Amino acid sequence: MSHAIVSLRSYLLVFAGLLVLLGATVGASFLELGIWALPAAMAIACAKALLVAAFFMHLHQENSLVRLVACAGLFWLGIMVMLAMSDVLTRL
Amino acid sequence: MPADYTEIPEAAFENIEQQRDASKLGMWVFLCTEVMFFGGLFLAYCEYRHLHPDSFAAASSHLSWMLGSVNTVVLLASSLTVALAVRAASLRSAGTVNLFLVATVLLGIAFLSIKGFEYYTDYREGLIPGSSFTYSSSQPGVQAREVEMFFMLYFIMTGVHAFHMIIGITAFIVLIAMSRQRALSLQTIENAGLYWHFVDVIWIFLFPLLYLVGHH
Repeated sequence: MSHAIVSLRSYLLVFAGLLVLLGATVGASFLELGIWALPAAMAIACAKALLVAAFFMHLHQENSLVRLVACAGLFWLGIMVMLAMSDVLTRL
Repeated sequence: MPADYTEIPEAAFENIEQQRDASKLGMWVFLCTEVMFFGGLFLAYCEYRHLHPDSFAAASSHLSWMLGSVNTVVLLASSLTVALAVRAASLRSAGTVNLFLVATVLLGIAFLSIKGFEYYTDYREGLIPGSSFTYSSSQPGVQAREVEMFFMLYFIMTGVHAFHMIIGITAFIVLIAMSRQRALSLQTIENAGLYWHFVDVIWIFLFPLLYLVGHH
């Protein structure tokens, strides 16, 4: 599949978005968020990762097979983390 | 890349588009194996942080959030230059490709230099895990062994990440040489770019998990 070429402006906007999110995650770490500190940091990190994957890695233009493979990696990671953490969170 | 940019597909493929799709799919499958590789380390981190939250917060506060932030900006900027190098390759602008690849290599080296300086500071503070590791804290719930475990994870995770960056930088240096000989194809630079962005994504998660846990 041949991609439409993304404009320079779009790439710069994505980069600006990443910098804003970096500022947000550093800023949030100075607030006393208690138990919400980790979910907030991870939510921001996921947003940054999504920006990189969708635009820098061109996942938004990719065919469904490539997207499926990318999601499969996360799915398997999810299985590993969930099964392992369910043990730690409920027994220890 | 070739001046006229005509790429001839290998015999196994019907056309260059199909070959490019196959090559990209292969790269994504490789990145999935990398997700699982780093995933094990992230899982170990999750478990130990869950078991020893106070020690992890105390240990994390020894890392410089400022140097970590600067390094994040450097790495995000290098991802941008890679994306722009791939874009220039799509536009068949060989000179611009080289420019952005050189910028990426320089940003990668800048990241590793800052990381090296941080390791040196950690060494001076006596934070390297090992038989001589000592740590005393007046804070309740902070144990030396648990702090040591944080730094064990910190050095392994950032070390493996830095090793990936060394591979990436080496790959880009090879690409620059190939580009000079006009032997660089779009799919090669796209796949190298995917690898570099992946390493960037790993750092996006490492930064808040390692640098921003404690009070600072």
